Amino acid sequence: MISRTSVEATVVDGFEEAPLKIENPIIEFLRMYVRNVAAVGGFMVFLIIALLAVFAPMLMGVDPFEIIWSPSAPPGADGFALGTDNLGRSMLVAIIYGARASLAVGAAAAGITIVIGLLIGCLAGYYRGWVDEVLMRITEFFQVLPPLLLSMVLVALFSPTLNTVIFAIGIVSWPGVARLARAEFLKIRELEYVKAARSIGATDGRIIWRVILPNALPPLIVTSALTVGSAILFEAALSFLGLSDPNVMSWGKIIGDNRDYLLEAPWTVIFPGLAIFFTVLSVNLIGDGLNDAFNPKLRGR
Amino acid sequence: MKLLSVLVQRIGNALILLIAVIIFNYILLSLVPGDIAETIAGESGGASAEVMAEIRRSYGLDQPFHYQLYSYVTKVLQGDLGTSYYFNLPVTELILQRLGPTLLLVTTALLMAIFIGTFLGVIAAQKPNGWFSHFITVLALIGFSAPVFWTAFMLIVLFVSVLELLPLTGMVEPTTPKGTIEWYLDVFYHLVLPSISLASIYVAQYSRLARASMMDILGSDYIRTARAKGLSQRMVVYKHALRNAIIPVITIAGLQFSHIFSGAVVIETVFNWPGLGTLALESILRADTPTIMGILFFSAFVVIVFNLLTDLAYRLVDPRIRTSQTT
Repeated sequence: MISRTSVEATVVDGFEEAPLKIENPIIEFLRMYVRNVAAVGGFMVFLIIALLAVFAPMLMGVDPFEIIWSPSAPPGADGFALGTDNLGRSMLVAIIYGARASLAVGAAAAGITIVIGLLIGCLAGYYRGWVDEVLMRITEFFQVLPPLLLSMVLVALFSPTLNTVIFAIGIVSWPGVARLARAEFLKIRELEYVKAARSIGATDGRIIWRVILPNALPPLIVTSALTVGSAILFEAALSFLGLSDPNVMSWGKIIGDNRDYLLEAPWTVIFPGLAIFFTVLSVNLIGDGLNDAFNPKLRGR
Repeated sequence: MKLLSVLVQRIGNALILLIAVIIFNYILLSLVPGDIAETIAGESGGASAEVMAEIRRSYGLDQPFHYQLYSYVTKVLQGDLGTSYYFNLPVTELILQRLGPTLLLVTTALLMAIFIGTFLGVIAAQKPNGWFSHFITVLALIGFSAPVFWTAFMLIVLFVSVLELLPLTGMVEPTTPKGTIEWYLDVFYHLVLPSISLASIYVAQYSRLARASMMDILGSDYIRTARAKGLSQRMVVYKHALRNAIIPVITIAGLQFSHIFSGAVVIETVFNWPGLGTLALESILRADTPTIMGILFFSAFVVIVFNLLTDLAYRLVDPRIRTSQTT
């Protein structure tokens, strides 16, 4: 577990013809990832959804809030592939536009979650002692409040806009990441190469940032992928409950708007739910794939 | 002696957390634009500046911040969570009214998830690379990816719309006389779908956990001893290994209480279940701040007590933790 890149770089430079062949770690990682069919499939599905989200305004001629046909038209009828909702808005347009909000909120909220979690976890795990004690009390505090309830309260208190939703999801989700980062730091800080770095006079910042963090990255990257998935689910739950920006179409909002018509027009609930399901599934498959690709025990199989 | 000092320390920690939650609540409350005087004045159609000042004085809003905070903390610790703007009833009373249905739903779902999850995991652990193990991995992946309210709606479409087996929403038909056997049966029918939906999130997770811990235990020395004694596979698995394999599942379930409560908010909304979750959402939509803060405090209180009990019970049950973690 030595800082991999530097050592391998010198080995590759110095012993071109060495019998022990060591690949560039990034290429080796990609080779491991591509071998996993489910992970590649997840990546493809996610890519397609992301492209649809980015190019939604170009692909779709109408606004998702525009009423274009009679209400609750079933899928396939009258040329609407996924039918219309209870107000006569196109389901297909709503779902494609919905991808924008879901992915943007999911990614941004996951970003906040990871930054806060990483910061608190790194400091607690590296400095230990009273710093650890204080930071872990704060973490515990946020774990005691039911996450969905607290984020609902936050969204309601500070006007329901996309930014508030992102902030509210981030602020309730970070404790898990913090605990993981702390555990990794506690483990790695005792290893020989960290002692070596300290003995040559490296500063705390350098040890945290350049020595420990790169070695703690694999589990943190996997968690980050899974965090995006749970943030998308979280956003869906909030907008389903009506606690999201009313002027932004999102998958949870479509389900929330149409839930009273579930029995007469089930497609208005089924399709947006499938969109959430496949998006989160693809993100989780990517996470699993990363996990396997990072795991040296599975290499060479 | 050691256990006692741990007990005191844990209870002290729990109390500090509780007070932190109250202070956090109070700060959130004071961030809300407008105060109770404006709310009351708004409802009665306007008031003069003198009346506003009078209302503020009667609610203690003219006192300095630290004094208000102190009186809020002491009031909450005495169980007084204020008065609901909407119902004009003490919030504590409102919460206790809605507590029963939520506890019924959450406990049923949790027990279901623990039993089914452990059962699936134990079966899978006996053939770690068999088809059933893979099936559980796939099931867990699906459970992690589907939004819980959507799962609930799909179950409704299947069982209410297509099969016409179960009632749609609510906890009991209003026409059923209370206290009779029909009433209990009616509640049971209404409970089936919400509890299955809520359990669906955790079944997959617990089955993976039980599988891992069972595989771990099946490789341990005391299981080899039991096998060497000539016990049958069934005796070994269900009598000797299961007891230890279920410990991590129960621990995780205990620590997940705050997440389960979050899930209950969504499920109660889907099924119009008259519990704390629907009360929370209604209060948020009505801007009934004292009720919202009351529920937030109460749920944190339940989680803290639950964590404390899990921790202590765990210590009593498993002697290994008692000796290793007291340092």
